Amino acid sequence: MDSRLPCTVADPVAKTVVRIAADKSAIPGGLVPALHAVQEALGWIPPEAVPAIAGAFNRSRAEVHGVVSFYHDFRTTPPAQHQLRICRAEACQSMGADGVLAEAERILGCRMHEQTADGSMSLEPVYCLGQCAVAPALTVDERLWVRVTPDRIAEILDQARQETL
Amino acid sequence: MTVRIFLPRDSSALALGAEKVRKAIVSEAQRLGVPVEIVRTGSRGMFWLEPLVEVDTPAGRAGYGPVRETDVPGLFASGFHLGSTRHPLSLGLVDQLPYMKRQERLTFARNGVVDPLSLSDYLRHDGYRGLRAALAMPPAAIVETVTHSGLRGRGGAAFPTGVKWKTVLDTNADRKYVVCNADEGDSGTFADRLVMEGDPFSLIEGMTIAAMAVSATKGYLYVRSEYPHAMATLEAAIQTARHAGYLGDDILGSGKQFDLEVRKGAGAYICGEETALLESLEGNRGIVRARPPLPAVHGLFNQPTIVNNVLSFTSVPVILHRGADFYRDFGMGRSRGTIAIQLAGNIKHGGLIEKAFGVTLREVLYEYGGGTASGRPIKAVQVGGPLGAYLPESRWDTPLDYEAFSAIGAVLGHGGIVVHDDSANLGRLARYAMEFCAIESCGKCTPCRIGSTRGVEVIDKIIGSNGSNGSNGSMQQIQLLRDLCDTMVHGSLCAMGSMTPLPVLSALDHFPDDFRRDDSGRDMERRMP
Repeated sequence: MDSRLPCTVADPVAKTVVRIAADKSAIPGGLVPALHAVQEALGWIPPEAVPAIAGAFNRSRAEVHGVVSFYHDFRTTPPAQHQLRICRAEACQSMGADGVLAEAERILGCRMHEQTADGSMSLEPVYCLGQCAVAPALTVDERLWVRVTPDRIAEILDQARQETL
Repeated sequence: MTVRIFLPRDSSALALGAEKVRKAIVSEAQRLGVPVEIVRTGSRGMFWLEPLVEVDTPAGRAGYGPVRETDVPGLFASGFHLGSTRHPLSLGLVDQLPYMKRQERLTFARNGVVDPLSLSDYLRHDGYRGLRAALAMPPAAIVETVTHSGLRGRGGAAFPTGVKWKTVLDTNADRKYVVCNADEGDSGTFADRLVMEGDPFSLIEGMTIAAMAVSATKGYLYVRSEYPHAMATLEAAIQTARHAGYLGDDILGSGKQFDLEVRKGAGAYICGEETALLESLEGNRGIVRARPPLPAVHGLFNQPTIVNNVLSFTSVPVILHRGADFYRDFGMGRSRGTIAIQLAGNIKHGGLIEKAFGVTLREVLYEYGGGTASGRPIKAVQVGGPLGAYLPESRWDTPLDYEAFSAIGAVLGHGGIVVHDDSANLGRLARYAMEFCAIESCGKCTPCRIGSTRGVEVIDKIIGSNGSNGSNGSMQQIQLLRDLCDTMVHGSLCAMGSMTPLPVLSALDHFPDDFRRDDSGRDMERRMP
């Protein structure tokens, strides 16, 4: 197993990936947990992580790429500083989620699946946060907001940015 | 004397400020020198009252809600900690609230009542009685009990749980698995989340009983990544259960072995389909498998596997504890037991209603729900998630029963109900159904993968076309949409492709006016990713 790993890599990114891949390849069906772990450590799954993971799991690079690209959670580009995710599902729509999304796009100056010019915030859709009785819902990073109205978006975004300062 | 105060730590309550309320209670109690003990619970499921604060009184738990941190000094001043009901937020005894009192809570009996991470609380409230009963029975008798209870899969498909278990029991293999589908991705559903956050031991117990029934040794809980709070609660509960001997190599001294692992999903809706879920657990793309072979025969890692929804598992402990007859005495027709109705969307009193099957949709919408949150008339109700039909008022007298819903061309599914008021446009919602299918299709079946995108385009032509209603162009497009739906229904392996036409066609059939020109259509096109 170990002979397949690029074990001479020096940079910390490669080291992290190799460590995670070795660790998770020991558990049955460990590829999705491995990708979660890489993303948690690095913020995204850089292209150079794919061969290292493929080696550890004895899978082709194409297969690993296929898994990475299949799941919405896995990012193949570096993340913005904060992630805003707005629920677009039916229950949230029934309570005005479209208006919330439009206001977020207006304030951020970017559209869904994009990030702000300064890289401080990305805007992604999410399909259900399980808060359907207190809709509409959104998250900023780990923090959940419910019963959101368009006029609260500015305040919610400010709060997230302030927490980083 | 120490006052016991109960406060939810459910994610909805936290998002509505439960933590601030806790701090306010602690500081006000300190200031006044009142000794308090704050017990963190799950949610009762009455979300319009969250954060719901409850105080232990000799008569029962008195409720106050929705409480904001600024209400706390006033609550103390009114003597709420002494059981006074003078405060305007006072609700009286929580169990006596009409919303609660009229429910039949079997699987949600503990939700909002106990501390989700307290094993002793769980045991005090009938916890693990089902497993103890199961351990005294031969596996076939456990399966027989579940079969006899009439329990059907609560995830939506309503397949008899006992039949599935029997297949796994009867299949010889060295290793068998129990997998919990906790990929609760449907809009309008949150019952799985409520259980995982509010009563995780019941899920662990249900899965353990399943394992005992088929001699499985390993179980996985596949939890969607959108539920970090549920995942953390489950992880903590599993550890506690393991330490106390309810999981591990020698369950309660029986010599039997079973352990659980939580696996995090990665944002793919299709992984709520059981074969896609198994693929994901194996470390693959969540591509749907053809059946047969059934997962019960060739499931996870090609071994016999029980795959059930969270609520199917959490229904099992009470069945083993109180008996199959007790459970099957609830319900109507072939829908036995209780259903966890999840009332959501544009509704005044949204939340969880556990009732025996048979209550009508209208009762749920008005007697429990109290009409829309916006105060406008209800226009359409979608039952059973994004793949369920939109129902107009003429269908609201249908009882919540699997067969009664099939008979009107709808699905009851998991009992999730999303309410829309008269500002909703069903043409747009139909478009969204196709759009969602295009985004979330696993891609295996062409009608689902490509048909959904064509469906969006056709609906755009209909609602964005300039032809006045009944014009030739529009009629042609509507025929095209129906043909497309027909192909999707008959040419897809799983419910994603075969049921997306259900919301689309029900919207078209019941709300044809909404399929005329929509001036905001241009705006919607822009949103298409």
